[in-house]
Amino acid sequence: MAKLKQDKSHEMGLHQEQLKGKTQQRFFSIDESENLTYFQSNEVDTSKTATIDALDMTPREINREIRALMEKGVGDITVDNPMSRHGVGVGILNRLNLTFSDSLGYFGCGLIDGPNVHIKGRVGWSCAENMMAGTVVIDGNAGSTFGAAIRGGDLVCRGSVGARTGIDQKGGTIIVGGKTGAFSGFMMQRGRMIICGDAGMNLGDSMYDGTIYVGGEVEELGVDCVPGEMSELDVRYLSSKLDMYGIKTPNGVEKMNKYVSGKQLWNYDNLEPSEKKLVL
Amino acid sequence: MCGIAGIIHKNAGKDVNIGEQMTAMLQALKHRGPDSTGYAMYGEDNGNHVVRFKVAEAADLEGSFDIHAAIEDRIATVNSRMEDLGAKIVKKESPTEYSHRYEIQFSGDMKKLADFVEDIEGVEILSIGNSLELIKDLGDAAVVSEQYGLNDFNGTHGIGHTRMATESDVDIRSAHPYWAYPFSDVAVVHNGQLTNYWTNRRALELKGHRFSSNCDSELIAVYIADRMNQGQDLETAMKDSVEYLDGVFTYLVATKDQLGMAKDVMAAKPMVVYEGDDMIALASEEVAIRKLFDHHIDTFDPYHGEVKVWQN
Repeated sequence: MAKLKQDKSHEMGLHQEQLKGKTQQRFFSIDESENLTYFQSNEVDTSKTATIDALDMTPREINREIRALMEKGVGDITVDNPMSRHGVGVGILNRLNLTFSDSLGYFGCGLIDGPNVHIKGRVGWSCAENMMAGTVVIDGNAGSTFGAAIRGGDLVCRGSVGARTGIDQKGGTIIVGGKTGAFSGFMMQRGRMIICGDAGMNLGDSMYDGTIYVGGEVEELGVDCVPGEMSELDVRYLSSKLDMYGIKTPNGVEKMNKYVSGKQLWNYDNLEPSEKKLVL
Repeated sequence: MCGIAGIIHKNAGKDVNIGEQMTAMLQALKHRGPDSTGYAMYGEDNGNHVVRFKVAEAADLEGSFDIHAAIEDRIATVNSRMEDLGAKIVKKESPTEYSHRYEIQFSGDMKKLADFVEDIEGVEILSIGNSLELIKDLGDAAVVSEQYGLNDFNGTHGIGHTRMATESDVDIRSAHPYWAYPFSDVAVVHNGQLTNYWTNRRALELKGHRFSSNCDSELIAVYIADRMNQGQDLETAMKDSVEYLDGVFTYLVATKDQLGMAKDVMAAKPMVVYEGDDMIALASEEVAIRKLFDHHIDTFDPYHGEVKVWQN
């Protein structure tokens, strides 16, 4: 019976090579350039600029217009009058300088991989959810679930954010100039979160890994979140990162506190070497 | 999902068209709940009590040949019962066949009057107040506003609700706002789910409170009424409610001169607040508040367990 199964699978073209290591290493070969680009990503020129007046546009029309401009190679887009609309600036998978002249609503700039976004206002819930790379900088405040499940890039809010910031964070850096609400860093798995002000209750609840820095008071640590030891490397990292965005902490980065996971999950840290975490 | 919104003007007198402002905000929240829309708005107090009541559900008109005669009988009974208790009806309006607005002069026991009127089959008092106008019906804000002529309503503050029915039926009875029976001028709108509704409802019913629907949101109105009946001020009652209510919620309460908001301890339901010098506007989404402004505004999300009360 086992012989029959093996023959059948070979007839179907499977098992042509011995599987070993991570399958990604096979699929993302440097020689296969099509594997290194996204479907619907564009080559853009940041010296080409365009402005969209979104006053009378629906979110879908705004996103389509952004996409159409990118397909024409425009690499610097300003959206005027976004009027707090939801789901705008999403799914951008290439380099782009994107500026919103005012606030966005819920799910703004989600599922992006690469653009540098500047929002000259506030954002609603779930900004930059599942972001893979790039930067998103918000001048005002942000709602809840800010940066949920981000995997990479820098997500920066100069003001304060709501509850559940960076839940399920898998990489990247979240920077908050003000306060964050309850359950921030819930089930955090990788990456860094820098909160310059206070943090609400249950900070880092059930976090697996990653690092949270807090400049103000922590209302209460969540389950499995414990204080870590600040090192000279942490201070240098924080100074450098906050300087990049011109953000100050009330008491200086030396006075910030560090929080990490107090547990080590079975086989979790063995999957990837700890050095690799520094890159994420 | 549901959407809630509120607005209070602090220094503008009573000549602001809050009807138009509330309609714009609620219409922007239509996608959060298209089943029904409700308003509780506060205008001029001319010394009379404003009684809003319904004598049937909108759907009843389609289901029975006898309903029109029954409605006439019910209205006649309402009139006679009010007069029996000494209420003088000075003005009658009927925006729809089933929904009515009376202005009455009455100095007796308001709870007794409300109970006596509601004892009539099919009759429910939606609100009683000196400056409160509580309007709710099926459809979106544009429909309800047009139906009840709300776009030229002047006042100081108001709260509103767009409902996506989850806990109870799509009918006027289950639409928000809820009047905090029997307190004049107190109304509540709510977005969320309360998980200790039935337990607390039974306890409050044993204390003599009445529930007119099976909608969990009504519990908040009744609880606030119970606390105020014990002499608590609005803010204290709301702070206590955050511990008392289990579930996920954000709710707004309005009284004759106050507007308050409360958020659950998980901060699980949205609320965006704009706090200006002359006006405070709140909504489930900023997109609603932006209907009032053509320029950038600073807004924020209240935190878990937070209670705020503003005075006009």
